[in-house]
Amino acid sequence: MKRIAFRNARLIDPASGLDVKGGLLVENGRIADVGPRLFNDAEPSDPEVIDCRGLVLAPGLIDCRVFTGEPGAEHRESLESASNAAAVGGVTSMIVMPNTDPVIDEPSLVDFLLRRAQATAKVRVLPCAALTKGLAGETMTEIGLLKEAGAVAFTDGDRSIANARVLRRALAYAATFDALVISHAEDPELVKGASATEGEFATRLGLPASPAIAEAMMVERDIRLVELTGARLHFGQISTRASLEIIAAAKARGVNVTCGVAAHHLSLNELDVGAYYTFRKVRPPLRSEADREAMVEGVASGVIDVIVSSHEPQGADTKRQPFAAAAAGTVGLETLLPVALSLVHNGQASLPHILKTLTEAPARIFGLPAGRLAKGAPADLVLLDEGEPFVVDAEKLHSRARNTAFDGRKFQGRARATFVGGVKVFDAR
Amino acid sequence: MTSPDAAPILPSKHLLGIEGLSPANIVALLDLAETYVVQGRATDKKTALLRGRTLINLFFESSTRTQSSFELAGKRLGADVMNMSVKTSSVSKGETLIDTASTLNAMRPDILVVRHQDAGAAELLSRKLDCSVINAGDGAHEHPTQALLDALTIRRHRGSFEGLVVAICGDVLHSRVARSNLRLLSMMGARVRLVAPRTLLPCDAERFGVEVYTDMASGLAGADIVMMLRLQLERMAGAFVPSTREYFRFYGLDREKLNRAKPGALVMHPGPMNRGVEIASDIADDVQVSLIAEQVEMGVALRMAILDALARGMA
Repeated sequence: MKRIAFRNARLIDPASGLDVKGGLLVENGRIADVGPRLFNDAEPSDPEVIDCRGLVLAPGLIDCRVFTGEPGAEHRESLESASNAAAVGGVTSMIVMPNTDPVIDEPSLVDFLLRRAQATAKVRVLPCAALTKGLAGETMTEIGLLKEAGAVAFTDGDRSIANARVLRRALAYAATFDALVISHAEDPELVKGASATEGEFATRLGLPASPAIAEAMMVERDIRLVELTGARLHFGQISTRASLEIIAAAKARGVNVTCGVAAHHLSLNELDVGAYYTFRKVRPPLRSEADREAMVEGVASGVIDVIVSSHEPQGADTKRQPFAAAAAGTVGLETLLPVALSLVHNGQASLPHILKTLTEAPARIFGLPAGRLAKGAPADLVLLDEGEPFVVDAEKLHSRARNTAFDGRKFQGRARATFVGGVKVFDAR
Repeated sequence: MTSPDAAPILPSKHLLGIEGLSPANIVALLDLAETYVVQGRATDKKTALLRGRTLINLFFESSTRTQSSFELAGKRLGADVMNMSVKTSSVSKGETLIDTASTLNAMRPDILVVRHQDAGAAELLSRKLDCSVINAGDGAHEHPTQALLDALTIRRHRGSFEGLVVAICGDVLHSRVARSNLRLLSMMGARVRLVAPRTLLPCDAERFGVEVYTDMASGLAGADIVMMLRLQLERMAGAFVPSTREYFRFYGLDREKLNRAKPGALVMHPGPMNRGVEIASDIADDVQVSLIAEQVEMGVALRMAILDALARGMA
């Protein structure tokens, strides 16, 4: 029986509200015991003992929005290389988007992805399947069969379903199977060709831009369709105050809707694009400072349920381009936790609350057994030092793609060791 | 047959839907139909009840079994039967439904059997024509003769409807058969369930006094009768259902799903069947459980009863 004993930890379990000094015992990949008195006095007699020296021991992070290049663009990022970055970032579960080549819209491809992940990835990989065939926004996929194959949610990833009738039927059909649908809220016609948010700054730079309301319009439409169909809907990432207010109102009237925010929309605004810095070209584009502040408020108030990396690997070929022509996206698996912790250091949210958005909340939304320090739960754990200062160095990232929006940024706090199913996948102590 | 002095079997000179019929009307129709079941099994199947009368089958949607069933019913009662299908009618030349009605009216038919793709078409014709109108299916509204022949079939096997659990499964949203059956069976005291994915359930289905299920296992649990509906081909290609294989996996009636129903449960289908889509071949062909062929036989007898009942009012 494989046992690991963690002692002298600050245990934080957002699911139960636990925040206490104590210990944790892992047996055969699962949490066998956890609590303040565990291993307090005597040295545990187990073969493997980890002295946490007062660092935080929390459930491993669940990143709900990860794009990889597998299958089809492994030169940018494979499941394996993304999982290397995840392990370093304290992420023990990656929920991966179906925007690959081929698109994950067939039960056999879900099966392929799960097998590839099993064979190559250090962390858990939970595939989303496409909501419409080929991500074309026209005909729904085999939601029942895909869910049986192991898809945890249904989404066209970074594409909105333009046709409301298609979305209505897909939501109704998904509700039949109690399947979670993830929506990307951007009116496709309004954002076509745009690479920045409409406003003074984009005008100065002369960039093609889209109005921020392109997001809120779709958020409102999607919520009305959820009320009509009874589906469960999660907005993968929102980025404006208007969207936040619509979702807050919907939640207040009991609509079954949740949402996430990308780490970069919490810490960067449109001005950070500076002199056409393409590594900060993202979708949706960086917003005004007022919208960024709204995102921070949304996390603090709990209207925003989860913080995600929106990890999106790009290569030099797609990023070393004029801003308008460059591909959007930033990698983020290794910076997710540090960016999220900046809210703690800025006094905007407590550490347990921030960890909740990265553990308990995604587990609840996606129906996962992980994300909590409870007896019987998978031993997916992160040991983190919330105060350690460091500077992001793109060259030293562990993902194959290194297009980070945070190169050179200073942060405080990161993962020091990561365990997936009781197996150590990263250790920097 | 019964004396012409008895109370009329039907409440009006038209049969436009189950709506408007009373339980007494239905029982009387089914009783009358039983006599035609006997007649249909005799060597001489023909009587002269409708001799000299003209029946027009006006079908704007293609139909094999309903149209031929009415044709046979009319001929066995001695009527002159004319079939008009949409391809040969002047509607394809731009004539409106009202114009067609006036033209037909001038031919002085006694009974018009009409099938149309639009809800309310039979109702409209009944107001413009002097003859009796029988609705043989109008859009997703009603198909009363199908519900009545289904009722006849059920009653012959189960004796009565009271407390019977009938699961209607499949494309309820677009189905006139489901609507007519729901009305009739509820009226006669059966417990009706609708089983379908949410895309094929009408809005507010729960408000029709039925139980609504989205999975077959619970929807069929304890059912006495499993009534399968046809899934139109054009509904399968992603608009309402993602694929045939997914539909069959979750909503197609196979042995495993049927085993959830009450032992001895019977299977019905209005036809034509999509084998491997809404029903597995081994169920469709299993004479121990499938009433599908019997439904066709009952269809002729029931339609003879309706023609008989309407003819009595014309005398």
